[in-house]
Amino acid sequence: MYADPVSGPAATAGEDREDDVRSFLVYLDSVQVDFDGFLALDISSFGVREDELRVIIGPNGAGKTTLCDVISGKTLPSSGRVFFDGNDITTMPDDEIARLGVGRKFQTPTVFDSLTVFENMELSLPGKKGIWRSLLSRQSAESRDHIMSLLERVRLVTQAEKQARHLSHGQRQWLEISMLILANPRLLLIDEPAAGLTDEETALTAELFLELSTSHSMIVIEHDMSFVRRLNAPVTVLNEGKVMAEGMIDSVQKDPAVVEAYLGR
Amino acid sequence: MNNQDRTPRNRFHFPVGFRALIVITALGVVPGLYWAGYMTIETVNMFGRYLAFAMVALSLDLIWGYTGMLCLCQSFFFSLGGYAMGMYLAHHGGPEGIVDANGWKLPACLYVVYPYGIGESPGDAMTPWFWKPFYRLEITILLGLLLPGLMAFVVGFFVFRSRVRGVFFAVLTQALTFAAWLIFCMNDMKLCGTNGMNRFDQIAGFRLVEDRTRMALYLITVLALIAVYTLCHFVVHSRLGRVLIAIRDNETRLRFAGYQPYVFKVFVFSLSAMIAGLAGMLYTPQMGIFTPTNMEVKESILIVIWVAVGGRGTLMGPVVGALAINLLYNVLTSQREFLWLLEGGIPVSVYENLIWKPDYWPFVLGALFVGVVLFLPGGLWSVPERLIFIIRRLVSLILRTERV
Repeated sequence: MYADPVSGPAATAGEDREDDVRSFLVYLDSVQVDFDGFLALDISSFGVREDELRVIIGPNGAGKTTLCDVISGKTLPSSGRVFFDGNDITTMPDDEIARLGVGRKFQTPTVFDSLTVFENMELSLPGKKGIWRSLLSRQSAESRDHIMSLLERVRLVTQAEKQARHLSHGQRQWLEISMLILANPRLLLIDEPAAGLTDEETALTAELFLELSTSHSMIVIEHDMSFVRRLNAPVTVLNEGKVMAEGMIDSVQKDPAVVEAYLGR
Repeated sequence: MNNQDRTPRNRFHFPVGFRALIVITALGVVPGLYWAGYMTIETVNMFGRYLAFAMVALSLDLIWGYTGMLCLCQSFFFSLGGYAMGMYLAHHGGPEGIVDANGWKLPACLYVVYPYGIGESPGDAMTPWFWKPFYRLEITILLGLLLPGLMAFVVGFFVFRSRVRGVFFAVLTQALTFAAWLIFCMNDMKLCGTNGMNRFDQIAGFRLVEDRTRMALYLITVLALIAVYTLCHFVVHSRLGRVLIAIRDNETRLRFAGYQPYVFKVFVFSLSAMIAGLAGMLYTPQMGIFTPTNMEVKESILIVIWVAVGGRGTLMGPVVGALAINLLYNVLTSQREFLWLLEGGIPVSVYENLIWKPDYWPFVLGALFVGVVLFLPGGLWSVPERLIFIIRRLVSLILRTERV
């Protein structure tokens, strides 16, 4: 994709790094986040490739959500750089990063309560998000069908006209995930999608994600191990802000350091 | 499905009926009663002023009810419009023939309180440059819209870009209003100080004391309110309206959906300021005077109360709230005997302290506000809807029991 055949034999260390940046869709280069002396995140190198599904696990306070915050522009790293699609997005405003193609689902489902399910979805439609477009554009039949088919998929179609405040927790999770899918970002940051879902809902969510991962890059943070197993994807273990292990879930779970971090010493 | 089906405001058709009722009353019944001789022109005039208030309430609702930002400088924007029109009217009022050394008409209200320098005599009074554009009506109307709009644009740009929100925004706008009030009260500003704009006579060549001018002003106000209402309706029912509500619900989430909330906030703030300015321009000729009192912070808070009592986040709510509270104010602050029933037999000294006095009005207003906030969060406008809901419940309950 971003393979650069021209890096000749004289490539220096700096150009090697350039190579790293280019082969990943999102890449964190020695990023540190310092909250008043507490090092919440300390990553020397972390990247996710195009169309890759990556799961992040780790004990509480390991820096999983902070990692998402840094990528989506919610938190400014104290040092280091963040690249998306080869561009330095370290200091870019959050809404601009979103328009570049980074979508985010928050840990607690956040949707717009006073709007209906359909209106929530409508706001997530990709396209220009300026004043005049919002004031004058009429919604097209095809975007409407798109929304409805997606809502059907997550069993929200009968709730389309309901205010989001009246939805159950699971429905809100799904609404937010559907909004993310509709926005069609290149990278999806998904924070604890299975939290508070029933087994059946969890299964459908995993199915949706697997389908999405064929054409999107995804970073999924999750505690639910059965959900992680279902995704069958490479796992990165974070602990105390650092990358502790990487690999498939079975091998990672056998890693004594990981077991220790989870169970305490 | 069309647009109406998709936005499910599960409201009974009452609102449509009520809107029509207000329009018919304003455009038909009130002028009809006047021409039939049952209503004085002063009452029509009063309605005109209250409709201008309804327009300010509507403008506040756009920014507070829909976008969720409590703004306390609506009275300032209203006054910018009011002053613009006041300067025009002052140019064409007062005793004729007062001109400055350059031959420019010197408005009477400015002439009276002109801040002379040491050694200056009345002959040295000059009409300041910033008065001169307000000699012509069309430029006045343009400036009366643009000045508040521009003010809001500049303030909004810096405030919203630096993500000042919530109570900080409310305090900031309040400070802005207070500062503006202090400035407009200063005689040295050559804006007539605390006396304000007065000595009006003509508007576009028509004398303000004449009944037909007043009736025309009233009708223009009604039509302007309908136009503004339609504009607001269009705005809040477009996708932009849903972005505004999304800002109210969760601004952070909206940013991660790729929107720049500050752009929308600046837009709605400027729009609302321009509407408030228009209301001020309509109010001034119907009031006959415009002083800095209209700019005080408490006036802004009063507008907030109109919107809250009427029902924020709806378009009819603020209109109903502004009209209801002002009519109540009018009734309760007129000197009248409410205890005439007690007359005869009982000596006045017994119930003297029970007689209604206009001074009691603030207590009524406060009680009304607290009462609505506590017991009727949807405001007055939600009352019919609630009643219909309760009646439907009762009816279905009765039908069900009969079936059993």
